[in-house]
Amino acid sequence: MGTRPTRHGPVFETEVLIVGGGATGTGVMRDLALRGIHCLLIDRRDLNAGASGGNHGLLHSGGRYAAGDADTAAECRREGGILKAVAPECIDACGGLFVAVEGDDPEFAARFPQHCRSAGIECTSITPAAARELEPCLSEKVFAAYTVPDAAIDPFRITLENVNHARQLTQSILLSHTELERFVVDGGAIRSAICRDTRSGETVTIHARQVVNAAGAWAMRVAQLAGCSSVNLLYSKGSLIISNARIGRRVINRLRRPGDGDILVPGGTVSLLGTTSETVQTLDEIHPTVAEVDRLVAEGIAMVPQIAHTRFIRAFSGVRPLLMAAGADADGRKASRGFSLFDHESEGLANFATVAGGKLTTFRLMAEKTGNLVARRLGNNQPCKTKTTPLPSGEAIRWTEPGFAPRYWVARHEPGDLILCECEMVPASAIDAIVENAPGAESQMSLNAIAVRSRVGKGTCQGAFCSLRVTSHLYDRQVYDSPLGLRNTRDFVAQRFKGVAPVAWGEHLPQLELAEALHCALLGLDQLADDGGRQPPTGGQDP
Amino acid sequence: MIKQPRRHRTELLVIGSGLAGMAASLFALERGVGVAQVGNSGVIAFTTGYLDLLGHDGRGFVDDPWQALVRLREDEPRHPLANIAENDIRVAFTSFTRTLTEMGLGYTAPGQRNLLALTPAGTLKPTLSLPLTMQPAIPAMARGLDTLVVDFIGLNGFSAREVVANLAPRWPGLRALRIGFPDMDSGAEVYAEVMARAMEVPATRQRLAERVAPLLGSAQALGLPAILGVHRPDHVHRELQSMLGVPVFEIPTMPPAVPGVRLRELFESTLPQRGVALEPQHRIKRLELLPQGVSAQLEDAYGEVTIEAAAAVLATGRFTSGGLSADPNGIRETLVNLAVVQPEGRADWYRPDYFDPRGHAINRSGVTVDQQWRPLDAAGKPTHPRLFAAGSLLAHQDWIRQRCGAGVAIATAYKAVGSAAQAVRGRQE
Repeated sequence: MGTRPTRHGPVFETEVLIVGGGATGTGVMRDLALRGIHCLLIDRRDLNAGASGGNHGLLHSGGRYAAGDADTAAECRREGGILKAVAPECIDACGGLFVAVEGDDPEFAARFPQHCRSAGIECTSITPAAARELEPCLSEKVFAAYTVPDAAIDPFRITLENVNHARQLTQSILLSHTELERFVVDGGAIRSAICRDTRSGETVTIHARQVVNAAGAWAMRVAQLAGCSSVNLLYSKGSLIISNARIGRRVINRLRRPGDGDILVPGGTVSLLGTTSETVQTLDEIHPTVAEVDRLVAEGIAMVPQIAHTRFIRAFSGVRPLLMAAGADADGRKASRGFSLFDHESEGLANFATVAGGKLTTFRLMAEKTGNLVARRLGNNQPCKTKTTPLPSGEAIRWTEPGFAPRYWVARHEPGDLILCECEMVPASAIDAIVENAPGAESQMSLNAIAVRSRVGKGTCQGAFCSLRVTSHLYDRQVYDSPLGLRNTRDFVAQRFKGVAPVAWGEHLPQLELAEALHCALLGLDQLADDGGRQPPTGGQDP
Repeated sequence: MIKQPRRHRTELLVIGSGLAGMAASLFALERGVGVAQVGNSGVIAFTTGYLDLLGHDGRGFVDDPWQALVRLREDEPRHPLANIAENDIRVAFTSFTRTLTEMGLGYTAPGQRNLLALTPAGTLKPTLSLPLTMQPAIPAMARGLDTLVVDFIGLNGFSAREVVANLAPRWPGLRALRIGFPDMDSGAEVYAEVMARAMEVPATRQRLAERVAPLLGSAQALGLPAILGVHRPDHVHRELQSMLGVPVFEIPTMPPAVPGVRLRELFESTLPQRGVALEPQHRIKRLELLPQGVSAQLEDAYGEVTIEAAAAVLATGRFTSGGLSADPNGIRETLVNLAVVQPEGRADWYRPDYFDPRGHAINRSGVTVDQQWRPLDAAGKPTHPRLFAAGSLLAHQDWIRQRCGAGVAIATAYKAVGSAAQAVRGRQE
């Protein structure tokens, strides 16, 4: 093995190293584990830190792509059906509507059923009155409406389930906060990956027989680290906003060519309105803006007038990693939603694969194709099992489901089990369960990690207040034992703020002002030093 | 119940029941001006009890707030505190803390330097004056005393371990311990305010002391969450210290908390005794500006109330207390629709980085005033000859980042009441 001596830090051996902890990477992890293969998955941040956590959780029926991209539409239809069968607990099979409103192109609307038929998508025409009966929030200006089998999917739950199942099957490992720095390539193969633990600064060395690049928007960079230039992505930033209460029962799509603010997706107790599309050159500092929020609201009103008076609790952004075909124009709306599997063999590597592009809805298929390639290379002849094997739904990973924590708390009925997150009713016992058992518990759990694995910080306070109570609890349980814990809390509230500021008006402002008063005027989180945990010395010593 | 309209007349109407409103009423009493005060005093429970004058100068915490005020006058000439003479600020601050102490809530006398007070997270906060129940933490930390910090089973959001872990780098002699509070140790959630009221019962104090005493070991001081009584905290504090034989200090819990409740209940019980016609649970529905003064309408359980006053001090605060509100298109003052200086558009309200040391522009929006502390209209003219404004409603200050909330509240209330008294009585300062 062509390993090199490394500085102090752990060394891991695995059959397959997967880079990227989104739906696809964790999907590959589970796919391979179902074939009996041990995997180690790294992410430079944490699960779903990229597009898998920055989308509206729409499980596409395919209707949205029926007019422009029949292949993707049919793929969505098939995959949506499979996921509904194997992961029902992650899915709200709420159904969907496509509606055209005054001003939209009637001919485009009239052709919709025909496009759906070509892609095999169930589509029923209903009268505008019937549509408003199904969804009273719809505008009176709706002139055409169709039902389709859209659904909502919890992308966090899916990812957690994938990792959890892989852990159970082959003791596969998740290493969050582990950033790939370089590959050691020798004799036409990647021999090891040299990574850095972004929290401790330690070097982490991983020896693997196969390496899968499922880094989403970062896949181009990861491929380049392996000396491969065949992966070309277009970065399309999309922003969405979350309402404080669920607006429609179903997914509501605007029946027109894709544009801003034309999809409203329920997410348990809330709804998500999206999505903008803007080509960006860099993946750094991707945050929603006031201008994007204003556009989403203005467009959303045409379909659902009450959006004008809806309280939005948060905005967020993701970057769609779109495949750029040679010579294609750089329009994110028109670029393909399909995916590609690169085997990199023509680039001289025998044990490296990149899976890129695609959609949340098709992650399982992406994982299947990747799994087939990797298994074959490993000489493993087990077939893919993800089409039929249900996700096991473990206790430690149910906390992202809206309403699960309060039901659990009531059922458990322990008077000493304090509620730490009041908006989402998350009790201390839930935090303890996550810290001990949730995927990622291999390394230290922080407030950020808990938030990814639960509803903490997702309610109307957006973590401003509950983060402080959870922090105290983590100190009590000695998960935190130094000023590092409080710095983690500071970083958490600073991150949540980026999503709150663009939707901050009305009822938000009293809360935001109070939060800032607690965080800064009282606790001095704005003054925390980054080293040694000491606050800066007091100033004012001028002569 | 027969509801009938009632009508009061007074010299000065104070609108708002936060620190600025309370201070305004006290200053009006000192000047012998007849005063009525209206406001639903919810937000004062969110104060920590610490009274800051100026704790941060944009670069870091300041040690000498008076020195920092000199620089503030140069750097931020529109800041409300930059427009008040140092002596007036001293007189106002000292008078306010002395009055609180006389009324039964002991405060340290404001000195030349800021004190570094403890927070519930174990960080330190520069402040000018603090309750006597919290003061012993200052010398204990300065001397690095072996100190026990106790918290309670079931008290949500306060962790002695957190306090100790964060203070340890500068105060190594700290240790944490969790105990049950007498009669509230079933494991169920307990509330600081309930514990504080229980601590007013001598037997409870005695039993708590008996539980803590054997745990002190080598500890030379004891820290507790702020639960030492609501109405007579200084008494409760003294008793506990004498029972335990070591200095005891309170650490504030996350607001709303006992230190804020103490201030609220103190004002609500003592201001009427001192002659303020206080309507603490109500909000003014409408304020009319008349040639001879103001007329305010509110409604209480017995019906409509009209208060006519020769002058008014508006101390309605910012967004949290409802003095300001905002829709996507702009920020407005809620009672009189006064002109509000504000950033051009919503995109400028907040900076991208929450903890940007320059603070957010929205926090410096607010009402501007003339030299007499009268709100200015869009043309820069006083809105009304006898309408004055005080407190955090004022523009060009960021009390959150500058740690100057109490300073702005007290000093501007002092000045606004001074001007109002002059307008009402036509007498000279």
